[in-house]
Amino acid sequence: MSFIKELSKGIIKDNPIFVLVLGMCPTLAVTTSVVNALGMGLAATFVLICSNIIISLIKNITPSKIRIPVYIVVIAAFVSIVDMVMSAYLPALHKSLGLFIPLIVVNCIILGRAEAFASKNNVFLSIADAIGMGLGFTLSLSVVATIREILGAGTWLGMRVVASNYDPMLIAILAPGAFITLGFLMALMNMLKEKK
Amino acid sequence: MGYFGELFVMAMTAIFIQNFVLSRFLGLCPYLGVSKKLDSALGMGMAVIFVMTLASAITFLINKYLLLQFGLMYLQTIAFILTIAALVQFVEMVIQKNAPALYKSLGVFLPLITTNCAVLGVAIINTTAFRSDGITPYNFLDSTLNGFFSGVGFTFVLLAMAGIRQRLEKVDLPKSMRGMPIALVLAGIMALAFYGFMGFKI
Repeated sequence: MSFIKELSKGIIKDNPIFVLVLGMCPTLAVTTSVVNALGMGLAATFVLICSNIIISLIKNITPSKIRIPVYIVVIAAFVSIVDMVMSAYLPALHKSLGLFIPLIVVNCIILGRAEAFASKNNVFLSIADAIGMGLGFTLSLSVVATIREILGAGTWLGMRVVASNYDPMLIAILAPGAFITLGFLMALMNMLKEKK
Repeated sequence: MGYFGELFVMAMTAIFIQNFVLSRFLGLCPYLGVSKKLDSALGMGMAVIFVMTLASAITFLINKYLLLQFGLMYLQTIAFILTIAALVQFVEMVIQKNAPALYKSLGVFLPLITTNCAVLGVAIINTTAFRSDGITPYNFLDSTLNGFFSGVGFTFVLLAMAGIRQRLEKVDLPKSMRGMPIALVLAGIMALAFYGFMGFKI
């Protein structure tokens, strides 16, 4: 049953964004719309699953002195795959995520899980960990993006959800809105945790 | 416009108009993580300026004479991140050997810089950037200086943030806002202030 345990911990208890505070750059940059957030979340989840599998398979033959460069190469290889597949099949999404696709390489969540989990556990558990962390990341991105898109554009996934005479708060989809939204969401998480 | 005019535009853009942290969202982890104390923020900032300048110079050469020359553009991400990792390791060893005093103040920050997305970010941005006329791509000197100015922009907001956070320690905040949440809200207000620079046409 530890598979389920490893899988579920990434979603709430060890949520990579709200609890571990990892991978802030994409969290703030791509959450201007829910579509972007989902695209980014799924791309990172794919890289996380693949790199966790490979790293947990090679953990015994990797000399510990050069393990970080080895992990980075493994991760960079999968990021390049995602980059090329996305630009071929989803050019619009690729364009709006832009620079942040190659930057998945330096996303601390992925290197962090490789170092903290995949290099110490077997393939089976590493996959569970990757799926959980990936889903937690995608979910948190979507929550932030939902708030920003509804406030800033009055839409959700491109559909209009508020009355048509609503005057959008443009600041929510600009850079300052990203910081402030995330700040208040984290405060809310802290408050809920204290109540328990 | 002479070359100095060009440089001025580049510096203003990198530091104020399109600040790396507040408008491009790059290098947020150290911005939020190392901004609790002024002196460690200064150390981190100096280390970032140093590495970003060197990394911009070297990745430019690799991009132009290796990747473009042999049609290996699809290896760009891997090539750049490996270069940066090797460079950081190398710089760390050189400083440790030749300048122990400097190593003491910068040493702890150097390993963190490999995964600072601002460094990889500036290397990738340099490959597609143009001068203010919109036609001339960056040459070697442009790229290196852009790396330097972007590092200065990063250090500038990091220091401002650290200064504010040091004072915040004495303020009685609601419990749930302490630490990361208030830092993020502060960053939001700073970003709002930096939006004022957006309208400038140089």
